[in-house]
Amino acid sequence: MVTDPNNSAAALTVRGLSVFFGERAAVKNVSIDITAKAVTAIIGPSGCGKSTFLRAINRMHELNPDARMEGEIKLFGDDIYSRTVESVTVRRRIGMVFQKSNPFPTMSIFENVTVGLRLNGVRDRKILAERTEQSLRMAALWDEVKDRMNAPAISLSGGQQQRLCIARALAVQPEVLLMDEPASALDPLATAKIEDLIVSLKKDYTIVIVTHNMQQAARASDFTAFFYLGELVEFGPTTKIFTSPAQKRTEDYVTGRFG
Amino acid sequence: MDNHFETGLEALRQKLLTMASHAETAVNQSVQALVQRDHDLALRVKEDDRVIDQFEVEIDDLVIQLLTKAPLASNLRLVTVAMKISQNLERVGDEASKIAKRARDLSQEPPVKINLDLPRMAGMALAMLKSALDAFVNKDPVAARAIIPRDKEVDALNKQIHEILAQHMVANPDTISRCLNWMVACKSLERIADHAKNIAEEVVYLYEAQDIRHTAGKSQTGPATGA
Amino acid sequence: MTAPNHSWRNFKNAFMQTLACVCAILVVAPLLLVFYHLIKEGFTSINWAFFTELPKPVGEVGGGMGNAIVGTFVLLAQAAVIGVPVGVLGGVFLSEYGGTKLNWWIRFAADILNGVPSITWGIVVYALLVVPMHGFSALAGGVVLGMMMIPLVMRTTEEVLQLVPGGYREAALALGIAKWKTIVQIVIRTALKGIVTGVLLALARVAGETAPLLFTALGNEHWTHKLTEPISAMPLQIFAYAISPYDDWHRQAWAGALVLLLLVLSINIGVRFLTRDRFQQKA
Repeated sequence: MVTDPNNSAAALTVRGLSVFFGERAAVKNVSIDITAKAVTAIIGPSGCGKSTFLRAINRMHELNPDARMEGEIKLFGDDIYSRTVESVTVRRRIGMVFQKSNPFPTMSIFENVTVGLRLNGVRDRKILAERTEQSLRMAALWDEVKDRMNAPAISLSGGQQQRLCIARALAVQPEVLLMDEPASALDPLATAKIEDLIVSLKKDYTIVIVTHNMQQAARASDFTAFFYLGELVEFGPTTKIFTSPAQKRTEDYVTGRFG
Repeated sequence: MDNHFETGLEALRQKLLTMASHAETAVNQSVQALVQRDHDLALRVKEDDRVIDQFEVEIDDLVIQLLTKAPLASNLRLVTVAMKISQNLERVGDEASKIAKRARDLSQEPPVKINLDLPRMAGMALAMLKSALDAFVNKDPVAARAIIPRDKEVDALNKQIHEILAQHMVANPDTISRCLNWMVACKSLERIADHAKNIAEEVVYLYEAQDIRHTAGKSQTGPATGA
Repeated sequence: MTAPNHSWRNFKNAFMQTLACVCAILVVAPLLLVFYHLIKEGFTSINWAFFTELPKPVGEVGGGMGNAIVGTFVLLAQAAVIGVPVGVLGGVFLSEYGGTKLNWWIRFAADILNGVPSITWGIVVYALLVVPMHGFSALAGGVVLGMMMIPLVMRTTEEVLQLVPGGYREAALALGIAKWKTIVQIVIRTALKGIVTGVLLALARVAGETAPLLFTALGNEHWTHKLTEPISAMPLQIFAYAISPYDDWHRQAWAGALVLLLLVLSINIGVRFLTRDRFQQKA
């Protein structure tokens, strides 16, 4: 199910994507266009393949030795699974934020934000400092940490740590940001901050967010995809999916009749 | 496990249908009081309107409660449509009250010697109201769409009756106040038909997710969705 | 509710508590006994001469274990050079690379090696180094201690690396950092304290080994100048003195044992200090 096959505003075009773990297909023949500089939410009950789908976009499923994929994913026209492309390169263009915030415990706030740059060879202090301030501002964390950049990253609160992880991902200037249930471990106030952040980030980034919280998808996203048992059941503008979905399965899930 | 929510939605539906039957009864009785010059019946209709008003308050309250649970898709449409239908039904009750008031006034004076098609008009308005509510209960948006053109017939009949009354008033000036009462009653019936049309439009929105209000040249068909 | 039940439960409670207490004392008691005896017998013999002088010939009073103490450190240094890189890198392989079947076999082999009696290690290195080199040597001593350290360090390193949550590896890889850099800069850095602890504990373990040194380093009454010469070590010297018939040497043996124990103790205390919790993570 695809919105527009010739969509030139598509950041990611996925065609026939299937992901297998051994014999089991976790994602089955999914085709979708992710619009650039917009927020796309992926919803569905647990085990429906939405996280697996997300991780296939930045080739993180390859960490699992049993994982195997078929199909094609293009990032602004570039085939990210082609033989000449390394997964490292893909991951510099497509960043990821995880459900449980994971700032590196042995590093300070500043070191955490710049780790992606430093370990990829960037040494210029000026660039590092500029990129750090820029990323922390985008992550709505600058004002809270600007006076303690050398404090250990784990001294921050849960919500701040997650925003730090977002800043860390943004510092390498990816084109797409993937978020796997970024606010599910946070309290409502911190969650609201993350959602505001997501909406403000879409000016510059394409964002794909997996969430089990439909209200969050309704609040923060422009497009929503509903996955069920590994298949893409319905995809469309968020308002339509949540006020008048076309598929009965979507209607049943959204009104809480299952899942 | 959204049982509480489903129970809430069901309670909302039931309240709405109960309110609807009160409104239908009010219209029926007010027209009866008018045609049969029944003063006591007219009084009863006026008193019973309070019940209908109370229903509107209760339904609004229930709607707000359900909205805090953030319903989505067809549940969301049901809740917002229920609010609008209850508003329309409350106005129907008010119009029935107005008819009852005119019925009281007319019953105090000798009858006017004129043949009006008012019972037929009342029948049409009542039929529209009943059809709209049946379409709601039966989840039938196609039947709801069929109601909408009937409003034009009621409008035409209203215009016709107005002309007859106007001519009569010119010819018999001593009947002016009684004829004006009939005109007002007639206008109320026309408004009741409008409200029935509004309810039908809301039913279409509920079951087809299409907003067909204020569009000229409405078609008879629409897309099907789950609900 | 009934009185008899209540008091029987109370009695059981008190009994178990006393039993546990007694057992705890039984565990600590040998350590206290050892300390008491070592201090009582050996403390008086510890002086500057003890740490700096060579053993005197039989009959003469005085002298020290200077060469043995230096020898122990020389052997430990060699053991570290062999044991730490191989052990740590082996642990890294087990934790971060390798297929499940291969890893199982490697772990199995390491566990067996950890259980091999130390004298067997000594005989093996005797055959491998001492015989071809036509002589006992400090090198052979260092090699045998190093080889004993390898499976120990490998297993503790692997365990400590496994304790690093997978989330950190994922976060680093998701930033486009190459796998090897992730392992060194993120995983090992996070687990560093644990790895160092494992290395220090392994060193403390092999510092007291006597049997393997009998076949490799042999012992030396003089200062050793070349690694290809035999070398003295504290356990060896303590052994030699203890089985001798001379009182003066017995005294020195006690002193040596005390110093060796203090060495092992200070390594352990150092480990405790290193692994203290410096700050709590905010909730």
